[in-house]
Amino acid sequence: MLQLKKIHKTFYPNTPDERRALNDVSNSLAPGDFVTIIGSNGAGKSTLLNILAGTLPPDDGEVWIDGKNVTSFPEEKRAKLIGRVFQNPLIGTAPNMTIEENMMISLGRTRRRSLLRRLTKKVRDEFQTELETLEIGLENRLTTKVGLLSGGERQALSLLMATFTEPKILLLDEHTAALDPSKEALVIELTKHLVEKQKLTTVMVTHQMEQAIQLGNRLWMMDEGKVIFEADEETKENLTVNDLLNEFEKVRGKKLASDRHLLV
Amino acid sequence: MVSSLYGALESGLIYAIMALGVYLSFRILNFPDLTVDGSFVTGGAVASVMIVGGHHPIMATILGAFAGVIAGCLTGLIHTKGKINPLLAGILMMIALYSINLRIMGQPNIPLMGENTLFNQISTWWNEVALDSFLLAPFNWLGISDYAPRSFYVIIAMILIVLLVKKMLDFFLRTEVGMTLRATGDNQAMVKSFSANTDRYVIVGIGLSNGLVALSGALVAQYNGFADINIGVGMIVIGLASVIIGEVIFGKQTIVRLTLAVILGAIVYRVIYSLALRLNFLDASDMKLITAIIVICALVIPNWLDQSQAKRQFKKSQKLNGAVNKEGDVHLATAKKDS
Ligand SMILES: Nc1ncnc2c1ncn2[C@@H]1O[C@H](COP(=O)(O)OP(=O)(O)OP(=O)(O)O)[C@@H](O)[C@H]1O
Ligand SMILES: [Mg+2]
Repeated sequence: MLQLKKIHKTFYPNTPDERRALNDVSNSLAPGDFVTIIGSNGAGKSTLLNILAGTLPPDDGEVWIDGKNVTSFPEEKRAKLIGRVFQNPLIGTAPNMTIEENMMISLGRTRRRSLLRRLTKKVRDEFQTELETLEIGLENRLTTKVGLLSGGERQALSLLMATFTEPKILLLDEHTAALDPSKEALVIELTKHLVEKQKLTTVMVTHQMEQAIQLGNRLWMMDEGKVIFEADEETKENLTVNDLLNEFEKVRGKKLASDRHLLV
Repeated sequence: MVSSLYGALESGLIYAIMALGVYLSFRILNFPDLTVDGSFVTGGAVASVMIVGGHHPIMATILGAFAGVIAGCLTGLIHTKGKINPLLAGILMMIALYSINLRIMGQPNIPLMGENTLFNQISTWWNEVALDSFLLAPFNWLGISDYAPRSFYVIIAMILIVLLVKKMLDFFLRTEVGMTLRATGDNQAMVKSFSANTDRYVIVGIGLSNGLVALSGALVAQYNGFADINIGVGMIVIGLASVIIGEVIFGKQTIVRLTLAVILGAIVYRVIYSLALRLNFLDASDMKLITAIIVICALVIPNWLDQSQAKRQFKKSQKLNGAVNKEGDVHLATAKKDS
């Protein structure tokens, strides 16, 4: 479903500020795979997702999605295949537009937008049914401006908007990091539910090792632009936070500072 | 006095179409587009040249508007493909249009006296149906016929045209494409992530905006009876003033409400304009200064209000904290409830 072939990315090459964000990353996911990615700050996780989504071009290497080489596709063309939720709840939705209008825009992801389609009763009913699955009461607030929603509600809505048109790949970059713990639990629960329901091929970045172990069937650990450890379905079943910390120390030979449950 | 108010209403309705164009670029697309000063003239120039050339005024007006669409699309292209910031892209296009407009017109001023303009045409139709006597009847009845306008044809025709434009804009902005256009002005990153080519939306949006502006310019030239190379100077500021006056007075809850507010704002602006002109110490040429001051105030005062409100709230919360420190935690709960 998703293949990464020898991806390289360096920011500000040949200057004193040169930063190697990705160094020869190759990997692949089968349809329905759900990989969680952990790694320290600056490991290149966001850069990897940006290259998958087409927001950034790779310096070298190829991205294949669903058997197509999409490396040269601009972001908006690639978005036909990709659903995405950002870390910042403000990025995923248009604040001055209503919930139903935002959903209408997300509906246009997979088809040509038209001058004939409008928010009819039928479309509204569909949106309402979809929103009910979130179980946070948004189905009664279709005409509320999204800017008035809380961060958690916006993120739940973003998640629904990214998934209900069944993308080939779902990209989640620390989509719960800006939320307080109770909202975070809610959004994680929703993520699990929506991904399982549609068997979406998913890439999720997180800083929480427990979350990374709990969710999905695969796990990649990144550091300094490389995937330094990966767990397949079997390994992941019995994986513990301690195992991950040991792996990290083994490969990098350095101790992790700070909170041991948070890889930062 | 009263007759100047009818004049204000007439030109307010004509300029309202320009204000709707400015609303589209400035508010919907969040793109402060200065092309307006040039495209307004372009509309008038194209329409006038065609009318003088013997073409039908409706055709001339439509082509004038279309010339504005092209100018706007070019600004959009310069901005999106050339990666030039919106203000500069607009200024560049405005300057370029000055030369182009002169080329189109061939001279700085084209008189339309005695030509078959849209308004002359409408006046002819109007007199055939003889509606004026009907509309003037109430004035005569009430014995205020001195306060009646000479004829209603401009007002009625412009109300119909403006309402038609408004309805079409309202419809468009609520289609799937229109919503995506609005979202492009609201959050481009989001729109891209949902597979829309935001560059294309900006180009089309700025094109449409300048189409409306040029339509207004074509109508103004025919209403005034001449096209002039300098008539567009400061047009963007007049448009902004209309948009802001409309939003402040008539509210901005929904799209339908907003487009109406912008139209009414343009009329109110013209009324203010004609009243200000009656003050002895003001010249017509002072109006640009006054318009600029209106816009500055309208932009700055809401910020001040927000800030002073924030300050007041901060002081209030400080006081509450003080109370809590002295008297224990119980007050915190009540304080929270209050705020
Ligand atoms: N747009 C950019 N311009 C320049 N440098 C960048 C840019 N984006 C990322 N970098 C650099 O590339 C490296 C990888 O960054 P990236 O954002 O991918 O890390 P990350 O793993 O997502 O970290 P975090 O956990 O903090 O989100 C960092 O050194 C960062 O400074
Ligand atoms: Mg990151």
